[in-house]
Amino acid sequence: MPHDHNNELSSSGHPYRKDQDYPLTYWQNLEIAVREILIEKNITSETEIQLTIEEMDNRSPSNGAKVIAKAWTDPEYKRRLLIDASAASKELGFDIGPLKLIALENTKNIHNVIVCTLCSCYPRNLLGLPPDWYKQRSYRSRIVKQPRNVLKEFGLNLSEEITVRVHDSTADMRYIVIPLRPPQTESLSEEELTKLITRDSMIGVGVPKSA
Amino acid sequence: MRVKVKQMFPPGHVRTPFYLRGKTGEIERELGYFKNPEELAYGLNANKQKLYRVRFSMSEIWGEASEASNDTVDAEIYEHWLEKV
Amino acid sequence: MKDKNIKNSYVRWHDMGGRPAGKVELNEHDFELWEKRVDALMVLASSKGYFTVDGLRRVLEDMGEKAFTEMSYYERWMASINQNLVEAGAYSLKELGEKMAEVEARGTTYGECNLQETGKG
Repeated sequence: MPHDHNNELSSSGHPYRKDQDYPLTYWQNLEIAVREILIEKNITSETEIQLTIEEMDNRSPSNGAKVIAKAWTDPEYKRRLLIDASAASKELGFDIGPLKLIALENTKNIHNVIVCTLCSCYPRNLLGLPPDWYKQRSYRSRIVKQPRNVLKEFGLNLSEEITVRVHDSTADMRYIVIPLRPPQTESLSEEELTKLITRDSMIGVGVPKSA
Repeated sequence: MRVKVKQMFPPGHVRTPFYLRGKTGEIERELGYFKNPEELAYGLNANKQKLYRVRFSMSEIWGEASEASNDTVDAEIYEHWLEKV
Repeated sequence: MKDKNIKNSYVRWHDMGGRPAGKVELNEHDFELWEKRVDALMVLASSKGYFTVDGLRRVLEDMGEKAFTEMSYYERWMASINQNLVEAGAYSLKELGEKMAEVEARGTTYGECNLQETGKG
């Protein structure tokens, strides 16, 4: 029985691509086969797979935004975040598992941006799955050589007074950028602040929205 | 502490990017010990290796092609890929 | 001491830092259900100890550059996950071949060939 998502939106509000009605591809054939074999052998179960998908669906930039907003409003929390970002995320209920997360603080003089030139390492357990461009050749090749040029393509122009630090996730660390708090936001609550913090500002290719 | 990335080019699964081989940087922080990905990748019993974050200036890596010489790249490099300067 | 000449042929295709490339394409696609299933398979198989993310990467790299241009991200992941599971002895190629044929015989679309509701809300 065909099942499609014609009337459903994904958790991020985009329509699903209508994969269910397309002719079965070889790799989809493989996916179904492997999944069924593993279930038949009791290596996993339908329920377990379902829960894993839901867990990943529940991870999104809004989780990271809550961490950042708290760092902006609570200097002691920010201090702990800079020492051990995994533990600090867990304080807010975001258990990122065995990943070692390092928080990088932007200042008036320093702008941080993250990449994985070798593959696509990303703080996915906090922010959810990475965007397509993060995994593609152009970003991975150019950000370590011409970060300012690449950031211009994202609409971010950095002055000469700022030092750009690019972080290449080559091994076991994962990174999140603590963007600069926008001006005139002193009166905003933590929750209001989270709405300003975008995924791109936590990767370093953008800045938060203004108040 | 200044360190130089070894100029070696084994085929296979290594996590030291080509663009950093032979480059000299500064240890930004020590990260602790982690199982060697070069062994994990082949299903071997992996030994723990010391891991460092090393900071390189753009001018060190790219020379005149760099946009701003004091911009930096920080990468995680395993101890067996580094030599003292 | 003179630096030795660094031969470009030693650069593996996946090692992309600093190589020439065009503009960043900012389009993003939302993940299809089958792709989420592949991702889940990776998380589960590695957490259960069949292989690690290093094994996933190693197979991806060994697939070569053509795979990067001709296959989608999750197609490559599926190929790699399967390779790693086979190497770990999770199932045999005979079992796999027979199951794939069985799946394909169910119909023509993904929906028709997929029996289980895994991942649907």
